[in-house]
Amino acid sequence: MSRYTPEEKVKIARDPGRPGTADFIAALFTDFFEQRGDRLCGEDPSILGGIARFHGRPVTVIGHRKGKSLEENLRCNFGMPSPEGYRKAQRLMRQAEKFSRPVITFVDTPGAYPGKEAEERGQGEAIAQTLALMSALEVPTIAVVTGEGGSGGALALAMANRVLMLEHAVYSVLSPEGFASILWKDASRAGEACGVMKLTAQDLRRGGIVQGVLREPEGGAHTNWEAAFRTVDAALVKELAALDKLRGPALARQRYEMFRAMGQGLPPAGREEP
Amino acid sequence: MNQTFSRRRDRLLTYRAMREGKITSSRRTGCPECGEESASLEWERGLWVCPQCGFHRPIDAYYRLANILDPGSFQELEEGLSPADPLSFPGYPAKLAGLEQSTGLRDAAVAALGKVDGHKAVFAVLDSRFLMGSMGTAVGEKVARAAEYAARKKLPLIIFSASGGARMQEGIFSLMQMAKTAAAIRRFQSGGGLYISCFTYPTTGGVTASFASLGDIMLSEPGALIGFAGPRVIEQTIKEQLPEGFQRAEYLLDHGFLDRIVPRSQWRAVLAQLLALHEKGGRA
Repeated sequence: MSRYTPEEKVKIARDPGRPGTADFIAALFTDFFEQRGDRLCGEDPSILGGIARFHGRPVTVIGHRKGKSLEENLRCNFGMPSPEGYRKAQRLMRQAEKFSRPVITFVDTPGAYPGKEAEERGQGEAIAQTLALMSALEVPTIAVVTGEGGSGGALALAMANRVLMLEHAVYSVLSPEGFASILWKDASRAGEACGVMKLTAQDLRRGGIVQGVLREPEGGAHTNWEAAFRTVDAALVKELAALDKLRGPALARQRYEMFRAMGQGLPPAGREEP
Repeated sequence: MNQTFSRRRDRLLTYRAMREGKITSSRRTGCPECGEESASLEWERGLWVCPQCGFHRPIDAYYRLANILDPGSFQELEEGLSPADPLSFPGYPAKLAGLEQSTGLRDAAVAALGKVDGHKAVFAVLDSRFLMGSMGTAVGEKVARAAEYAARKKLPLIIFSASGGARMQEGIFSLMQMAKTAAAIRRFQSGGGLYISCFTYPTTGGVTASFASLGDIMLSEPGALIGFAGPRVIEQTIKEQLPEGFQRAEYLLDHGFLDRIVPRSQWRAVLAQLLALHEKGGRA
């Protein structure tokens, strides 16, 4: 059982000292070859992706990138992707399928960027198409929520056969600030929102939204990167081995059925049996 | 006309009469867009398009279907699907119960089988009177079931969207409906099914970022607000005012995200044409 409250977890999940996608790639993969650009109009550094070897085997790896220095933060737009980022991810996933490579994603974003150009170039369409594509991929896919899983911008890289979460990561329909401001017209009640949103890894595991919670070292992943890497590595090896038993169409079916079932079988609101 | 339908229609018309007062020639209704008042009778005759500025006012799902479908062809699907409260969110069940009372809907989506000029199709229509047409588990499930039903019956699928996005009160379960609906649409389309997506004022957030943006054909009513982020959020983020017409249907048409803008009075004709062009539900 965790000692942290949901509100504390949101803080930990956002800690800039936590390992990010680039760190996981450097530690867990070899031979990383970065692929850039959406082949339509641009390159979005807030999504990092490419080909690499995982325990010797070629895979496609994609993830949100927040950046480590202020300069990098700005270049990566603090991990808030534009449509170009999602379209790059689509391109890489299609290629992964073509060459029968598993897809491993790392999820850590406040959300897709709510900007003028992003809207102009179809942020909604880009996310929708990424979801549709991921839903039907006939290669194994594993998503790891490592920090902040913010809204549709996170989900777009997380529609995988297995969705895993680090112990102190969070994943939610909207940021607690946004949630409080929409429902209570008061963003300052974000702390309270954390409590009701069921956004912790433990809550989501119980709700059937994620399939595994990965133990973080004492004090959190930011205090001991090596330990976090070992845990994530072991989990990826295990899940990949399990998914390797399924053929392409069965992988797509398993993924479809898993997401299809989410929200089914809940008791109707206000009509619970007494 | 189908009995359930006429019963519902009666209830809805009574509700509207209560809300708007009795519609007489002297009664006037203001436009939320241009602010001008017009005779309510004129609004009604024009399918609730502003007689002054042409603003397409949100309309309820049954009224929309009644204006599009061949008389007597309406058959509601999955009528009993009801919302869940997975976060046990304070006040949510009461809010749902109140809305069910006032709108006659269990949640924000209506699914139906119907015909347009003799062409059979499966419809899903979002109703913005119900928590801004937001997508929680019931809406996501209904859209997915409509797509699956259309796939089974080898029929085209037509969805009218009007939504504020994912429903906050159902938290992460609402977010997952984006994945569920996108997957169901993808599967339906892979099987050769025709999906026509129709945007209406307003469609934003998780609905824009899932099933609404995946149409083989993408249509919109004039002036519909369509976006991922809402205009206020964008203005707060970039700290500047957005230009006039930003995120409106005409803007999306100019930027390559729509096939055509369809005035409310023309839906029947346009859908009939498209369905005829895709005889056998899109299969050769």
